Amino acid sequence: MVSSKVAVSKVGGAVTETGGAVSKVGGAVTETGGTVSETAGAVTGTGGTVVVDGLLVVRGGIEVLPGVSCSVQPGTVTGLLGPSGCGKTTLMRAIVGVQRIAGGSVQVLGMPAGSAPLRGRVGYRSQASAVYADLTVAENLRYFAAVLHAPASDVDRALADVDLAPQANQLVGSLSGGQLARVSLASALLGAPEVLVLDEPTVGLDPVLRRDLWALFHRLADAGITIFVSSHVMDEATRCNRLFLMRTGRFLAEDTPAGLLRQTGADDIETAFLRLIDAAREREGASA
Amino acid sequence: MNPRITLATAGRVLRQLRHDPRTIGLLLVVPVVLVTLLRLVYDGKPQIFDRIGAPLLGVFPLITMFLVTSIATLRERTSGTLERLLTMPLAKLDLLLGYALAFGAFAVLQVAIATAVALGPLGLHVAGPAWLILVLAVANAVLGTALGLFVSAFAASEFQAVQFMPAVILPQLLLCGLLLPRGQMQTVLRWVSNALPLSYAIDGLTRVTSTPGVPGAVLADLGIVLGCIVAALGLGAATLRRRTA
Repeated sequence: MVSSKVAVSKVGGAVTETGGAVSKVGGAVTETGGTVSETAGAVTGTGGTVVVDGLLVVRGGIEVLPGVSCSVQPGTVTGLLGPSGCGKTTLMRAIVGVQRIAGGSVQVLGMPAGSAPLRGRVGYRSQASAVYADLTVAENLRYFAAVLHAPASDVDRALADVDLAPQANQLVGSLSGGQLARVSLASALLGAPEVLVLDEPTVGLDPVLRRDLWALFHRLADAGITIFVSSHVMDEATRCNRLFLMRTGRFLAEDTPAGLLRQTGADDIETAFLRLIDAAREREGASA
Repeated sequence: MNPRITLATAGRVLRQLRHDPRTIGLLLVVPVVLVTLLRLVYDGKPQIFDRIGAPLLGVFPLITMFLVTSIATLRERTSGTLERLLTMPLAKLDLLLGYALAFGAFAVLQVAIATAVALGPLGLHVAGPAWLILVLAVANAVLGTALGLFVSAFAASEFQAVQFMPAVILPQLLLCGLLLPRGQMQTVLRWVSNALPLSYAIDGLTRVTSTPGVPGAVLADLGIVLGCIVAALGLGAATLRRRTA
């Protein structure tokens, strides 16, 4: 979101010119953080690999996503962070086109999310393992590869990517939780996806494997694949090129990890997130 | 729709079954045990066994494939595999036909064994050809699969899914003409009976029992059952949603 970033620094510049109250600067910047994401749809309607504009999702009479907008830039690893229940999965389901939406639009690669030409170009790893427990690891991957028209060699590549080759002939039902998570991720790596939507892919994995997978995400992004990955583990945020911080269905901020620290004056992302939440609460309190 | 994906799906369903030898055993052995019990129940009245033996060979695969399919599709929904598949270039009919092909193919084995035991050691007498029993019974199995695919859309849990068996299959069994010939039923019941697919499968099997050769009426019955399969698969595709709440 290059253009909106320009907008942020412009506002920042304007505030600095007027000089004066430092606290006001902080407030103003955070405020623009909000408006940035709101205008994102309009700004990046021409750009982003994923463009979400005014997305409204209602479930059980509750607005789970009350009209959110954002855009994911091509070839980046973009992180979606926030506490569980804040709407991350719902947003991701909307992007892969399996979420019923009540308003707004979601465009992926310039087409409406979930439209037929996108199936196979967008890889999805849902939070549920979404693999067959009564098949072996390799049988699972071979089936998904067949559905995707991917070459059989993809199965070996995906297994190597997630370090599961030794378990290829093991029944999925007998795998550990971490191994199960990797089979699920491997299924999303099959074929030639241009966009990967990964819902908490590193949950329950050991630190070495997590590091390897984040390295893999960046290799894929360097090859031009757009990666949109959610996590509720804040220390993973620093591994993303860009971050969306989400809370109760809204974006609190959108920035690079470094920019987020600068903006909030925090030393780590978790503190930055907390400061943003506090600022949001204060605003809610002030408007109430 | 894409035949390659349909076949890959059928292969996957059969592979899942292969990893579950107990289910295979139950699917193959239970019909044989039941038809043997039937023979023993009517030990002194072989003419009754001859009259209802072939029709019942068509009922077993309907019930078993209905149950197996509704649970299997429910598992696809709850485990997230269905959602993953629907984000892929898979047509809804690829999935439905994949299931129908897989369980239809398995039913050939199931029905062949039960029919062979009935006609051989148990001494079931039918006037028509044995292969026609096989064709009608396998059509019934695919009908069970198609109905299972359709009703599983309305089941949110395994408890609900198994309750659909008595709700969908047993009324058909009561009205199909096995307990009382359909011609002797009260008018309203006969109308209902006329609207249920199992009635035609049982009509066909009863005709095979009493008539030699391949009568046109049997082919007409078979045609109606096939039509019901197509309709149930169509309803299944219509109730399968890519987008859910």
